[in-house]
Amino acid sequence: MSLSASACIVGAYEHPTRLAPDKSVAQLHAECALGALQDAGLSLADVDGYFCAGDAPGLSPLYMADYMGLKLKWYDGTESGGCSYLAHIEHAAAAIASGHCSVALITLAGKPRSSGQATGTAFRAPPVDRPEAAWETAFKWTIGGIYGMMMQRHMYEYGTTLEQIAWVKVAASQHAQHNPNALLRKPVTVDEVMASPVISDPIRRLDCCVITDGGGALVLTRPEIARTLKRPIVKVIGCGQTMNTTQGGYLDLTRTGAQISGAAAFAEAGVTPADIDYASVYDNFTIMVIAQLEDLGFCAKGEGGRFVADGNLISGVGKLPWNTDGGGLCNNHPMNRGGITKAIEAVRQLRGEAHPAVQVKDCRLALAAGPGLVLGPGHAHATVILERE
Amino acid sequence: MSNISNTNHEQAQSPGFEQDPFASAFPETREFWSAAEAGRLMLNTCEDCHRPHWYPRMVCPLCGSTRLRWQQATGKGTLYAFSTARRATPAYTLAYVQLAEGPTLLTNVVEADPDALAIGMSVQVTFRRAEEGRMMPFFKPDSPI
Repeated sequence: MSLSASACIVGAYEHPTRLAPDKSVAQLHAECALGALQDAGLSLADVDGYFCAGDAPGLSPLYMADYMGLKLKWYDGTESGGCSYLAHIEHAAAAIASGHCSVALITLAGKPRSSGQATGTAFRAPPVDRPEAAWETAFKWTIGGIYGMMMQRHMYEYGTTLEQIAWVKVAASQHAQHNPNALLRKPVTVDEVMASPVISDPIRRLDCCVITDGGGALVLTRPEIARTLKRPIVKVIGCGQTMNTTQGGYLDLTRTGAQISGAAAFAEAGVTPADIDYASVYDNFTIMVIAQLEDLGFCAKGEGGRFVADGNLISGVGKLPWNTDGGGLCNNHPMNRGGITKAIEAVRQLRGEAHPAVQVKDCRLALAAGPGLVLGPGHAHATVILERE
Repeated sequence: MSNISNTNHEQAQSPGFEQDPFASAFPETREFWSAAEAGRLMLNTCEDCHRPHWYPRMVCPLCGSTRLRWQQATGKGTLYAFSTARRATPAYTLAYVQLAEGPTLLTNVVEADPDALAIGMSVQVTFRRAEEGRMMPFFKPDSPI
């Protein structure tokens, strides 16, 4: 079934907090839900479909649904890490298209910063019954270590340089200076990125995204309902998702699931990367932006380093305006999950509501894409393509 | 309870993997852990597509067959990628090693100066006991560096 124009994003909200020690995770979820519904001009009573992931307390949609008093006809707790919420957009659009629900709410929230979580540098043992656990836990893998290997392999295979990679962070920081809520607002230089301390070779501190408390929410509905609301219409015209993990031991550490999710989303939308006016691409690490841009088709495989260099991702400067909120590298990475903020900034761009300094002129077509979990031990990926009516 | 296990001579003599919660959770991979005690690296190999896979399991993830047999690997491979955790105490080197038989596995490189490692370098297996009790395949350079 084609999703084309069957569902619209009518509400989008990014929680302004980056540190919330005095709020529960449940409260943050609910504040995000209320923010997105207010943005749409709807209320909790209108919601009949609810989507959340592993960050929702209780590992099931039912606890947050109960907290908010939702009366649901449809719910979905798909957990695929940071891209869960992009996958939820596809699931919500499908549920709306098939008549299972009319108003779908997606929420994300968490507080890793106030709990002092060392997200990228600490080993976190999985449960013993996870099938890869016996074979991988003894090696104390960290997220920084895995993506350090990815960066090293990309440099080895394609000649990508640390200087090219640093341009990703530079672009994010150029955008973040205009975002009053961004955690890191100071522009940085290529030299500053390369001179920052090594976390796990060859990843430096400034190659890593931030750790923040907070969250976000989205509201989707049918076009007929969307047209009764007072917001610009943002249609979901293409989606794709995949899981792509240890692959039986035949993995390619330079390739992401964007090859599959991106191709599916572009095919469904009937557009190509050259048509995209604005791209949100989840930047858990600088190198992942480069690999995903290649895998999405914005440039050939191996050309990503050259593609991002010299400010090509900076709005108003380069050819592909990217993560104009400052992304996960500078703005926000609530609960270590960057999927929903990617969709939110894409909606802002399509509505013409991004900061004037980074707003893309006549932004009609936007992409939001991102990975979930960790490349290698367990990788998921989702892409959505949105169109302003 | 803990007194019994601490004083039971037979248990103290038995292979460490018997008490290992990770190994115990997968009874179907007992042969791997048993061979690892003797320093042998076993691969689950498919009788239908003739390819070994990693990590071991009861169904071939490459073709879906359940006709699998254990095959002893040479223990030799090449370094596919590595990253040294400079902030850890002590620092250690996470790596993916591609075995001579084909599959790539997550491991640590040991007995080596991290600054002397390079992608493509020849490495060989060396088993070390995980803190939970099972023997795990670590890798070291083929020739001392």
